[in-house]
Amino acid sequence: MKAKNRDQSLSDSRELDGSYDQLTDSVEDDFELSTVCHRPESMDKLQEQTKFTKKELQVLYRGFKNECPSGVVNEESFKTIYSQFFPQGDSSMYAHFLFEAFDTNKNGSVSFEDFVFGLSIILRGTINDRLNWAFNLYDLNKDGCITKEEMLDIMKSIYDMMGKYTYPTMQDDAPREHVESFFQKMDRNKDGVVTIEEFIESCKKDENIMQSMQLFDNVI
Amino acid sequence: MAAGVAAWLPFARAAAIGWMPVANLPMPVAPTEKNKRQDELIILNVSGRRFQTWRNTLDRYPDTLLGSSEKEFFYNEETKEYFFDRDPDVFRSVLNFYRTGKLHYPRYECISSYDEELAFFGILPEIIGDCCYEEYKDRKRENAERLMDDQEDNKDAKLPNMTFRETMWRAFENPHTSTMALVFYYVTGFFIAVSVITNVVETVPCGSSPNMKEVPCGERYTVAFFCMDTACVMIFTVEYLMRLFAAPSRYRFMRSVMSIIDVVAILPYYIGLVMTDNEDVSGAFVTLRVFRVFRIFKFSRHSQGLRILGYTLKSCASELGFLLFSLTMAIIIFATVMFYAEKGSSSSKFTSIPASFWYTIVTMTTLGYGDMVPKTIAGKIFGSICSLSGVLVIALPVPVIVSNFSRIYHQNQRADKRRAQKVQKARLARIRISKTGSSNAFLHSKRNGLFNEALEFTQLPYKMNLSDQSSTEEEQRLNKSTSLLESQHHHLLHCLEKTTNHEFVDEQYYQQSYLDAGLQNYPSRSPSLSSQDGVTGTCCTRRSKKHHSPLPNASAPAHLQPLKHTHTHQQGLQELSTIHIQPLSTSRSSLNMRVDEQAPLNCQSSQITTAIISIPTPPVTTPEGDAPLPAGPTHQNVVKVSAL
Repeated sequence: MKAKNRDQSLSDSRELDGSYDQLTDSVEDDFELSTVCHRPESMDKLQEQTKFTKKELQVLYRGFKNECPSGVVNEESFKTIYSQFFPQGDSSMYAHFLFEAFDTNKNGSVSFEDFVFGLSIILRGTINDRLNWAFNLYDLNKDGCITKEEMLDIMKSIYDMMGKYTYPTMQDDAPREHVESFFQKMDRNKDGVVTIEEFIESCKKDENIMQSMQLFDNVI
Repeated sequence: MAAGVAAWLPFARAAAIGWMPVANLPMPVAPTEKNKRQDELIILNVSGRRFQTWRNTLDRYPDTLLGSSEKEFFYNEETKEYFFDRDPDVFRSVLNFYRTGKLHYPRYECISSYDEELAFFGILPEIIGDCCYEEYKDRKRENAERLMDDQEDNKDAKLPNMTFRETMWRAFENPHTSTMALVFYYVTGFFIAVSVITNVVETVPCGSSPNMKEVPCGERYTVAFFCMDTACVMIFTVEYLMRLFAAPSRYRFMRSVMSIIDVVAILPYYIGLVMTDNEDVSGAFVTLRVFRVFRIFKFSRHSQGLRILGYTLKSCASELGFLLFSLTMAIIIFATVMFYAEKGSSSSKFTSIPASFWYTIVTMTTLGYGDMVPKTIAGKIFGSICSLSGVLVIALPVPVIVSNFSRIYHQNQRADKRRAQKVQKARLARIRISKTGSSNAFLHSKRNGLFNEALEFTQLPYKMNLSDQSSTEEEQRLNKSTSLLESQHHHLLHCLEKTTNHEFVDEQYYQQSYLDAGLQNYPSRSPSLSSQDGVTGTCCTRRSKKHHSPLPNASAPAHLQPLKHTHTHQQGLQELSTIHIQPLSTSRSSLNMRVDEQAPLNCQSSQITTAIISIPTPPVTTPEGDAPLPAGPTHQNVVKVSAL
């Protein structure tokens, strides 16, 4: 009986500091056990599958592993990393869309392979590849066409990154207007959605976009 | 820029692909890597111990010694390494900061040597991670106190040019500074003692004449006591007034505890002077006399220990409060129980619950006067439970208070908490400043970089005759060297600006332009593709790219003037304003006042036109040749400049 009383009092104290899980009758640790560790495929394989050289892969992996020692990025760290480049605004929404675009197998985390495949398309792909990737980014539900709502979400996320202190002062309907002009430009048959063909076609016709696509040639 | 994720900058720039198809404007030119080096290992030789790291790792923090070009001063040509004649142990922490992004403070390290190393390598101690920051701050504070103690001993030398008031204040606060102060200190101490003893002796029954009953001394020697009292109060009043005069901040002095005690100590006397010979109030007057006992608290100026005790009690307020609360609960419970238990017995002293309070208190504190005793059996049982529990209830909070006192006595003898709060605010302020530095860096480099590039273009029409030498010198002078990473990051932010057709500005400027925006009316939402004739009273929204940017030299308000604007619109969906440089009318000096916005994407454009906006609007010829403006390029303020 004495032992039981002692156990009882111990469990009472555990209840008090919240580490006692009522449902499972187990004491869960405050700190989770060490995280999942993911190792990427070998460099040779990655070199075949992407268009990066060995050195570039090395540089990329070093940076990747530094920020994410466990080998995968989850959405929270992804957002944190991306937000450090935009101190003035809120980049979490755009980072979320990016995460969705990079996470091709939809398992909630971006591994080094996903990361490098995405970068390979953007930085070393053809114009078509790049435009395809951008279309994939915009198409939030991956149904093959961009609706005005999807574009509005994307646009808002981009404008959020600017933050509050801009000139001229950010109007509330600036994203919406921008979306209108985008659809005017891209939506050829005026059916309210932009399909991949319309997108690629309109982009190819636009000099500015073509020129800006070339910026990505020497990012790395 | 956030240095810890410098390695992810290529990713961030790649992610910008999402902006390209939606942008309506051309993107700025990307910075090229002038000497594209592969990432190489560099060797840092610190007093013989060699550390190796990638060059990129060090480049993450460009505002430190190792990250900037300052380290070139330490480059040793023969051995091809960077030699630093510093402590290698501390350097380990410094280098780990570059590698991991977190600065740690090793506990075995002396605080001042660590500080020196950090200062040498240009790292702010505020970035120390939360895991080590407490320790660092504690050690630093201890060190500072130690230094301050040493300094105080040496501070006896009289500082020149101290006003009389300041000397007096110093004399009051540190009696050891001069003999006069010491004399004053002892005199006041003596008089406080005299006053207190007088108050006590006043009530002692002195010897009496046989026919009268014993009277207290106060009534027997009224005059003597009155004189004594007056003398003491005189001294105290003079002292208070002198302190009030000498205090640097009179308001703060008047609010301090010591001065309140002083006032309370001498007030009864004056009130008594005013109110004598009034029968009704003399009762109250007598009560006031009890406040004279507060004079004993004046001793706390003379005793450090008393002050610490007072401070401890103040800091243990929560524990004391808990003690009081639990005691009150127990008293009420037991008093109620005792009352109802003793209700039955006759001639019970427990006439009501409040009357039982006295019994409960006396029993719980184990005093046991015995003036109230339970007579029933139930009463005795509950009475014994009451006394047992009293011991427990009182014993529990007391060790907490005692430990508090000992902790405070040893640690915080100088009211450190107030200082710590100020330091915390300073720390946060400094971190905030260094963070806003990164966003300001972009604005700065924008001004400098684009200013420079626009100047390059202004040189084109004129510079035929001038030698190349001077132009390159000009460029070099204006070209502020930023690291490649920074320029890439700035290019990224610039692309975002282009995509959204808005600019980053700093907070100050935003407030000003916000105020000014109230003066301007924004037009209807419909975009106007055709150029507007004449001077319009409204300015367009972001469709027409008109924006101000603060000049490095000129004051911002000077550019926020015009209510009238002219805009030149290009035909077609992509509306751009154009830079126009009038070779004849604009001089170099006036062009220097212009603010440049965009770097031209295409350097081969033959003509660059500016939209010149000013109150007396000068003529501007655009490629389309419309938008007539009133003549007179007298006073030109270029509001914005952009290039095709």
